[in-house]
Amino acid sequence: MAALGRPHPALVAGKYLALAAYVAFALFPLYWLVKIAVTPDRLIYSEGTRYWPSAATWDNFREVLGSDFLRFFGNSVIVSLSTAAITAVIAAGGGYAFSRFDFRGKRLVSALLLLTQMFPLLIIIAPIYRIVASLGLLNTLPSLIVTYTAFNIPFALFLMQSFFDGIPKDLEEAAMIDGCTRMQALRKVILPLTLPGLGATLGFVFTAAWSEILFALMLIRKEESMTFPVGLLNFVSKFSVDWGQMMAAGVLALVPSCLFFAFIQRYLVQGLTSGAVKG
Amino acid sequence: MAGIELSGIAKSYGGVEVLRDVDLAVGEGEFVVLVGPSGCGKSTLLRMIAGLEPITAGELRIGGRRMNEVPPRGRDIAMVFQSYALYPHMTVARNMGFPMEIAHRPKAERAGPVARAAEVLGLGKLLDRYPRALSGGQRQRVAMGRAIVRQPQAFLFDEPLSNLDAALRVEMRLEIARLHHRIGATTVYVTHDQVEAMTLADRIVVMNAGRIQQVGTPMDLYERPANRFVAGFIGSPTMNIVEGTPVPDGLRLADGTVWPAPLGARALGIRPEHLHVAPDGDGAGLRAEVQLIERLGSDTNLFCEAPGVGPLLARVHGDVNLALGSSVVLTPDLARLHPFDAEGRRVPVGR
Amino acid sequence: MSAALTDTPGGTRGRLSRAYLGMVAEPWLYLLPSLLLIGGVMLLPLAIGLGYAFQEFNLLRPGAAKWVGLDNFQDLWADPQFWRALRNTLVWTGASVTLQFAGGLGLALLLNTRFHGKKLVQALVFLPWAVPTFLTALTFSWLLNPVIGPVPYWLSGLGLIEEPYNILGNPDTALWGPILANVWYGVPFFAITLLAALSAIPSELYEAAEIDGASGWQSFTKITLPFLAPMIVITVMLRTIWIANFADLIYVMTGGGPANSTQILSSYIFTTAFKRLDFGHASAIAVVLLALLMIYAAILLAVRSRLVRR
Ligand SMILES: Nc1ncnc2c1ncn2[C@@H]1O[C@H](COP(=O)(O)OP(=O)(O)O)[C@@H](O)[C@H]1O
Ligand SMILES: [Mg+2]
Repeated sequence: MAALGRPHPALVAGKYLALAAYVAFALFPLYWLVKIAVTPDRLIYSEGTRYWPSAATWDNFREVLGSDFLRFFGNSVIVSLSTAAITAVIAAGGGYAFSRFDFRGKRLVSALLLLTQMFPLLIIIAPIYRIVASLGLLNTLPSLIVTYTAFNIPFALFLMQSFFDGIPKDLEEAAMIDGCTRMQALRKVILPLTLPGLGATLGFVFTAAWSEILFALMLIRKEESMTFPVGLLNFVSKFSVDWGQMMAAGVLALVPSCLFFAFIQRYLVQGLTSGAVKG
Repeated sequence: MAGIELSGIAKSYGGVEVLRDVDLAVGEGEFVVLVGPSGCGKSTLLRMIAGLEPITAGELRIGGRRMNEVPPRGRDIAMVFQSYALYPHMTVARNMGFPMEIAHRPKAERAGPVARAAEVLGLGKLLDRYPRALSGGQRQRVAMGRAIVRQPQAFLFDEPLSNLDAALRVEMRLEIARLHHRIGATTVYVTHDQVEAMTLADRIVVMNAGRIQQVGTPMDLYERPANRFVAGFIGSPTMNIVEGTPVPDGLRLADGTVWPAPLGARALGIRPEHLHVAPDGDGAGLRAEVQLIERLGSDTNLFCEAPGVGPLLARVHGDVNLALGSSVVLTPDLARLHPFDAEGRRVPVGR
Repeated sequence: MSAALTDTPGGTRGRLSRAYLGMVAEPWLYLLPSLLLIGGVMLLPLAIGLGYAFQEFNLLRPGAAKWVGLDNFQDLWADPQFWRALRNTLVWTGASVTLQFAGGLGLALLLNTRFHGKKLVQALVFLPWAVPTFLTALTFSWLLNPVIGPVPYWLSGLGLIEEPYNILGNPDTALWGPILANVWYGVPFFAITLLAALSAIPSELYEAAEIDGASGWQSFTKITLPFLAPMIVITVMLRTIWIANFADLIYVMTGGGPANSTQILSSYIFTTAFKRLDFGHASAIAVVLLALLMIYAAILLAVRSRLVRR
C-alpha cells in the first residue's frame, strides 16, 4: 500500500510470517494427503502421525490404478469434460446474446438466471430424481451431464458475457462491413479473441462438475457408472481401513483440478468478480 | 463507384424518434460531410447506410439499388470507425487484406493491393506488426488502408480523427483530402468539427436534433446559412446575432442604431470578420466597450459589450492599438448581414 | 419502433417487419439452448419441488402422492431434528462466513502489498479453492482422525481437548470439523474477490491521504473500507446463501451425525430425500430454507442500498 511508505522492519517480518502462516495453512492438509499416500502399508499406523515418513512407495498408486477407481476416474472425466464442453458452447451463445443485443425480456431472463443462483439446489433434487427415473435414465452418465450442464449455465453465461463485453462491438461490425456474415464474423474475429474466456469457462465448469457429489449420489447407484467422488465415498464406507489406497485415490482426484487451476489462475480475479457482481 | 440516395429516412429506438424526414442524394464521387452537435443522429444515419442499424422508415438506395434489407456485406461499402476497429489478432497486412480474404481471393492476389495501399499510406514497413504495436496515427492509416484495398462503392467515415491529437488531426485531414482527390470515391464523412467539414467537403449536411438543417457547399453555408442554427454552427469564431425591433428601413437595435434589414426580419447575424472596428469618435454606429483582447498573431479577436445590445465579437486583421476598456464603434459590412425571422429562418434579401 | 412502423405504407411495412422479426428473433435464438436447459432442469423441477412441499410423497410408502396442504409444515414444527438443524445452520453459516471473511480480508491485504515470490505465494494460497469438495471433506476427516491425523494431538497439546480423540465423533464438537474444512476451502474465494476490489481503488487516493497526513491505519479505515463496503455486502450476502445451502462437506464428513448433531437444514434435506426418500418432508424443509434466505437477502440489500446512497 502506497500510504505505508517505508515500513518498519518488524512490520515487514510480521508480514512475511503471516504469509508463511497462510501458505502453511493452505498446504498442510494436501501435504498430509500425499504423505500418507506414499507411506508403505506397514508403516501407516506406526508412523500415522509422523511428519515425515521414513520410507516412501508408489504401491498405493499402483494398486489404485489397478482397481475400480480407474473406471470411476474415466466416468468422471467423461462427465466433467462433456459438461464443460457443452456448457461452454451453450453459455457462449447466451452470453453473446446478452452482450450484443438489447431485447425485450432481457431483464426478465437475467432475473431468472439470478434466481437459479439463489435457491437451494437441493430443493430440486427430489423432482430431478423423479424425472430422471421416469425417463429411465437413472444410473446413466448423460443424466448427470445434462443436470450439471444446466446447473453451470447461469454462471458460465454471465462469465462469457463479461468476456464478450470486453470485445468492442465495432470489431464485428467492421467484419460484417468487410463482407462477413455474422457467423463468419464470430468465427474469424470474435472467437479468436474469446479463446481465453472460453478456456476459463471450461476450467470453472470442469472443476465444478468434477467435484459435484450430492446429485451424483442420488442419480447413480450402480458401480459401473459411478463418478470418482461417489466411488471414493463408497470405498470409504465399505472398507474404511486401507488408508494408503484411499489417499492415493485422493491425490489422483486432485490432479485434474490442479491442472485446470494452474490454467485458469489468470482469469480467477476477472471471473470471480464478474460472478460476484452478477450472479 | 456509386451514388447514395436517402429518401424519407427515419429512425426510432423503441418509441423515441432520433431521425426523421432525411432526404439526401450523394452523387458519384462526391465527398459529403455530415456535421452537427453530438447526439444529433449523425452516426445513426451513417450506420443505417452501412446496414448496421435497421431503417425504421424510408428508402435507401446505393447505386440505384434498394438496400434497406441488404445486410452490410451485400452493400459493398467500406467504413472507418472512430475506434478504427482493427482486428487485434491480425497483422497490419492481414487486417488490410481481410475483406479480400473473406471474399476467398487467393493469398497471392491479395498481396498486390495491400502493398499498394500500404505504399500510398506510408505503412510499408509496418505490414507485419500487430495493431497494439502501432501509434494512433498509424492505426488510423491502417483503418483507411483496409477501406481502400476493398475498392468499394462508397466510403463511410465516423469521426475518424477525433481520437488523434491536434497536430496529427490536421495532418490526417490533409491525407484524407489528398486520398479523395486521388481515388475520387463517393464518401460520407461524419464529424462534429466544423473545420473538418469546411475543409474536406464538396457538400456539407448540417444536422440538428435528428433533422437536416441545410445542405450545401461550404461557401453556401458560410454565405447563406438557412437558419440561426446553421449560422451559429458554421464559421469560427461563431457568428454574432443581435435582436431588434422592425422599423421601416431595417431593424432598430436596443441602443437606437438602425441596421438595414428586409421585411420580416427580427434578428441580424454578422460574422466577427465582417464587423469593422473604429476607435470611438464622432462617427455614427454601434458603441461598445472592449472587454477582452485575444491576439492570435495573424488576427485579433475583440470581445466587446454593447450596452443593451449584448456581447459582440469582432475579428480584425493583424494587431490593434486598443486598450482594455476603451470604447469603440462597430459597423457591419452591410452586404454581409444575415437577416433571420422570428422563427430563426433566413429572410431572403432583395426580393 | 413498432409505433413508427404502423405509420409506414403497407408495402414497405411487410418487408420491414420481416427484417424486424429477424432482428427480434436473433438474440432469442442464441439464448434458446440455455433457456431450455435452465427451464427444463432447474425451473420446472423447482416448481415441482415447491409442489412436493404440500404433498404426502414418500417413495418408500407406495401409493399416489396426495395433496395435504400444510401438513408437512406442521410435521416440521413438531420435529425436534428440524429445530436442531435450524440452530446448526445458524452456527455453521455464521462461523464459516465470519472466519472465511476475516481470513480472506487478511490474505487480500497481504497480497495487495509488494513482496518477493508473490506469484508463487498467490498460487499456493489459492490452491484450496481448486480442491474438489469431497476431497476437502475426506482430507479433513482424516486429519481429524487420531489414528492417522495430527490435529487431535495439536488440540490436546494446546489444552483444547483433554486427550487426542476424534472431534467428529463427539456431538458437542463435531460441527467444528466441517466448519474448519469450510474455512480452509473458502478463504481463497474471499481473498480473490477482495483482492480484485482492492486493486480497483485508485492509488492516487492513498497518495492524497498520505499528503494529507493520514496514517496507514487511517487510510485503511477512511479509504479502503468505505470503498470495499458495498462490494463486501454483496459478496457476503451471496456467500452466506451459498454456504447455508452447502451440504457436501457435512454430508461427507459426518453424514449429519453423530446423532444428528451436525445436521444443517440443507444436509437434512438431502438425507431426508436420499435416505428416507421422503420427498414431501424434504421439500417442506427446502421451502423453509428458501424463505429464510430470501428474508436475509432482502435485509442485506436494504443495508447495501443505504451504504451506496451515503
Ligand atoms: N441503441 C440506441 N438506443 C436508444 N437510443 C440511441 C441508441 N443509439 C443512439 N441513440 C440515440 O440516438 C441519438 C443519436 O445518436 P448518434 O447517432 O450516436 O449521435 P451522434 O453520432 O450525432 O453524436 C442520441 O440521442 C442517442 O442517445
Ligand atoms: Mg457519433
